[in-house]
Amino acid sequence: MSVARLPIAAEHERVSQPPSGWEYFTDRVFRALTRAGAWLVLILLGLILWEIGGKGSLGIRDYGLGFLTSTTWDVGRGQFGILPHIWGTLYSSLLALAIGGFFGVTMAIFLTQDFLPPQLAVLFRTVVELLAAIPSVVYGLWGLFVVVPALRPVAGWLFDKLGFIPIFGSTLSGPGLAPSALVLAIMILPTVAAISQDALRLVPYRVKEAAYGMGTTRWEAILKVLLPTAATGIFGALVLGFGRALGETMALAMLIGNSNQISLSLFSPANTLAALLALNFPEAGKREVEVLMYAALVLLAITLVVNVAGEAIMALSSRRTKA
Amino acid sequence: MNRLMIACLLVGLSLGSIGSSATAQDSVRLTGSGATFPFPLYSAWFKSFSAKHKGVTVDYQGKGSGAGIRDFVNRTVDFAASDAAMTDEEISKVPGGVQLLPMTGGEIVLAYNLPGNPKGLKLPRDVYSQIFLGKITKWSDAKLKAANPGVNLPDTDITVVRRADSSGTTFVFTNHLAAISDEWKKGPGVGTTVNWPKSDKIVASPKNDGVSATIKQTPGAIGYLEFAFAKFAKLEMAELQNKAGHYVAPGTDGGAAALASVTLPADLRAWVPDPDSAKAYPIATYTWMMFYKESKDPKKAAALRQLVEYCLDEGQKMSTQMGYIPLPANVVAAVKKASASIQ
Repeated sequence: MSVARLPIAAEHERVSQPPSGWEYFTDRVFRALTRAGAWLVLILLGLILWEIGGKGSLGIRDYGLGFLTSTTWDVGRGQFGILPHIWGTLYSSLLALAIGGFFGVTMAIFLTQDFLPPQLAVLFRTVVELLAAIPSVVYGLWGLFVVVPALRPVAGWLFDKLGFIPIFGSTLSGPGLAPSALVLAIMILPTVAAISQDALRLVPYRVKEAAYGMGTTRWEAILKVLLPTAATGIFGALVLGFGRALGETMALAMLIGNSNQISLSLFSPANTLAALLALNFPEAGKREVEVLMYAALVLLAITLVVNVAGEAIMALSSRRTKA
Repeated sequence: MNRLMIACLLVGLSLGSIGSSATAQDSVRLTGSGATFPFPLYSAWFKSFSAKHKGVTVDYQGKGSGAGIRDFVNRTVDFAASDAAMTDEEISKVPGGVQLLPMTGGEIVLAYNLPGNPKGLKLPRDVYSQIFLGKITKWSDAKLKAANPGVNLPDTDITVVRRADSSGTTFVFTNHLAAISDEWKKGPGVGTTVNWPKSDKIVASPKNDGVSATIKQTPGAIGYLEFAFAKFAKLEMAELQNKAGHYVAPGTDGGAAALASVTLPADLRAWVPDPDSAKAYPIATYTWMMFYKESKDPKKAAALRQLVEYCLDEGQKMSTQMGYIPLPANVVAAVKKASASIQ
């Protein structure tokens, strides 16, 4: 404001002017704020690790690596092992990824490749994203009251006819791995669908045009040109979905049956790390808190590896698309 | 989008500050936390107490017995509640001392889901302990049929539903099983969580509500839960054989007989793992509230004494209707006397 208006002729000579002191000031403050924000995230993660690691260190000292391979969880006798939980976490998440990943990517293709009029596509996209807003406990109840009864006759039939295959080796009584994996699949669907859509949209239009120009059909263009081009991005979406499935707690605590056993059967009850933590913390004694913190560290390590892998793949994908 | 989030945050913050400034009035606010087992009864008591005593509000959070004890030891609450009372070690962590008061009694029932909903299934002692050990796996088992002539028991698998979280309910139930079965004592043992037998047909659900929902949804299921929750969920409950050999249905009479079979010691802590009386329902327990003997806040202590008195006089009348066991008259007198030490 303090700068006086110059006549038009003079303004023509000086299009730009040096930044004022105020502008310097706001710029500095803004930069400091963003930097502080970025560091804060790192510090927060460090604090969480320090806290969990500190509390879990006694558990690590006393139980060591045997904790990861032992299958007994007996508070009264002080025996702790989380192999069944690691198994259940990975098994349920991989199953969910297989189902949710397939449908998520299919949905992304359907919504980005002009199968639908644009308005309708927006509607579909919003509905899929709404799935992400449903609370976990609602999914759990829905699983218990809808998925389990619907699945029970199917499971019984599969056990009767194909019971000799280990994955159909038991009947579904109530909670179990299969209903958990199905519900998890729906929960990771929005993540997978949204990020896959971004990846598919990043594919330059001229690539598609070139494919059509060479006389491909629509399906050939999608399967042989578009999907391979967007493959790294889609893979990143799957990894992030997997990470989400690993950490899911409440719905699984209600659906998985919380049984500390390792079974290949889809219809047997199992357990997961997140459910173990959520259900045992509130009443845990000192010793139990230490081993639960150790289990939390293991879960953190698993999710961290998966997420870092996902981020790396995404970064790789965007670099390649730009090139 | 971001602006919206910031706006929400600001609204949330300002609401929070309004909330906290409202408590600064000249009223007494008592907070407690602990057992979920008597939660429905306690919240009914506290609601009617607050309605009759203006200026006193009672907030009770059903977090679980262990969490209640921890809050109590850390002095973040004015009182706590626990199904497993408190151990001597826990009591020693509270400077000034703890007054434990049994406030009500409860029963743990075995609820089941069978086609045709046969009522009042009779379960002999050796049968139900074997079911929870995973040794009896079919509803058509010969021992079950022998105890229930005329009941059409199907040839389906028994699915045992247990608590997934650690809980006072599990403690009381396993305490009873250990008392009646040596195999149980040497196997899973007694505790708020135990090492259950590994089986495809033993599943776990969180909290009393989770167990009752899973039983309801699973044909052939049997599980243990608190009587009030089973009653509320309209589940079928089994008649259990007591120490004297009689089959007793869960209910106030059987529960009162069970509680009457023990005499409370001076510190008012006692368990009823296996009552002797012929009329007693076998799995019953007291549940306790804990108070500080030196709270350093006379106003709150006075309000707490008032609260205890209300629960003992008016509260006990609500117990039966809500599925809990009213305290025997001699226990009420003992608790009233002991409540004077809440200071």
